[in-house]
Amino acid sequence: MRRDSRRGLFHQVSARDYWVWGGSALAALFALWWTVTALQLVSPYFLPSPAAVLGAFTELWGDGTLQGDLAISLQRIAIGFSIATLFALPVGILMGTVWRFEAAVEPIVDFIRYMPAVSFVPLTIVWLGVGEGQKYSILFIGTFFQQALMVMDNVKRTPREYVQVGQTLGMKTLPLLGRIVLPYSAPAIWDTIRITLGWGWTWLVIAELVAAESGLGHRIIVAQRYFHTDRIFMIIILIGVIGLVIDQAMRAIDRAWFGWSRGGAR
Amino acid sequence: MNAVAEFANVSKTFATKKGEVQALAPVSFQLHADEFTTLLGTSGCGKSTLLHIAAGLETASSGEVLVDGVRVDGPGRDRGMVFQSYSLFPWLTAAENVEFALKGLGLSRAERREIAHEQLRLVGLEKFADAKPAELSGGMRQRVGIARVLSYRPKILLMDEPFGALDAQTRIEMQELLTEVWESHRLCVLFVTHDIEEAIYLSDRILVMSARPGRIKDDVRIEIPRPRGPEVLTSPALMEYKESLTASVRAEALA
Repeated sequence: MRRDSRRGLFHQVSARDYWVWGGSALAALFALWWTVTALQLVSPYFLPSPAAVLGAFTELWGDGTLQGDLAISLQRIAIGFSIATLFALPVGILMGTVWRFEAAVEPIVDFIRYMPAVSFVPLTIVWLGVGEGQKYSILFIGTFFQQALMVMDNVKRTPREYVQVGQTLGMKTLPLLGRIVLPYSAPAIWDTIRITLGWGWTWLVIAELVAAESGLGHRIIVAQRYFHTDRIFMIIILIGVIGLVIDQAMRAIDRAWFGWSRGGAR
Repeated sequence: MNAVAEFANVSKTFATKKGEVQALAPVSFQLHADEFTTLLGTSGCGKSTLLHIAAGLETASSGEVLVDGVRVDGPGRDRGMVFQSYSLFPWLTAAENVEFALKGLGLSRAERREIAHEQLRLVGLEKFADAKPAELSGGMRQRVGIARVLSYRPKILLMDEPFGALDAQTRIEMQELLTEVWESHRLCVLFVTHDIEEAIYLSDRILVMSARPGRIKDDVRIEIPRPRGPEVLTSPALMEYKESLTASVRAEALA
């Protein structure tokens, strides 16, 4: 009996096979959507056709609404996420390397991490109003605590022997951090940033859904108010596409900078 | 012979859940200049612990280690360490790994590069200067590890089962290489292994350690003349030493 060598768990497929399967699944999903709407099996109010969604895109892009929303949403995520990351990096690195700092900070961070970021929306409005600061604060609350813990974990994985090599070379704390711990952890930290940025879009849209005069989340709420289901679909898909593009770009940077980390050898 | 290092009543006790465990009984011995000394013992006898205490990476529970009369208080560049797991930085090339050890010595980048290439040449890796560790075999990685530590000329070279993770053939090649390099450098080496033949082939002197708590039970001088070529590995002289040392080590394994 001959067995297909590509069967079984954890089999490594070629890049071509991967894209063929991925592309086919996506095409099948799209065909199903198109068929259901073309046969009018579901009211367009619940499920708009692909053509209607595309129409919504050209319409909102044509009058410039979409560009404006996109720009302000990207700006919010860029600023809010960057602030969170800027704080999470040093805090996470210190938690991962200095036990006193970990003991003092980790329980607090872990505690707040379990509080849903969404539940802070009313509070942030009370504190900061409905301006940009409130959007940043939701992004910060949703991102910082997760990042700090993940970065701590990334840093902790530095093999002790690497640090010992540095110590036998007479290196002190800061050079050990800067020249051994950070270079070793950089790929994992980059991965943490990539993953948490994906989550960041959730916090952004939530903040914009609740209280905003602009942005993609705000546009979704407006569309819902006027029963423009096609616009809601369009914006959700658009956010997905943007996320995908950013994710792929960050993976490409990872491959270019941190190729060594996939060698698996010390 | 003058002592480069002195171990004076060095002991180590670990605290475990079941109470205190003495890993190392008070141990005293001296290391001499230009001499290759090996700590030989079964696993768990505390030989690696002793080496780490000498490196300053662990503290002794009692006693002290003196290097040139100065008490060891933490790690320092006077003692170089070669680790079992090679411990090359995977984000740096072979040459950069060696250069890493030379930073902060007031050398220019060009000078560091030159020393690194010279050291890699001595271990036969000049062609792999720009290779990342992942592209090198285990034996090659350990050669870089040796080049790295020799590049900054420590007074004492500490080697913690450096060939323990290698296959038998590569291991023999590395033993030959180390012998050759050592015979041209002549520095004070403290080597740790459980491999009796390896210990005899490499050493001028073997300290046999007892089972836990570790202490020195035998101090054997290996009088095989140098330079020692690969033929020494199968020589009757080596076999003779092996017989008595095997008996000595086995008595501990059964104890």
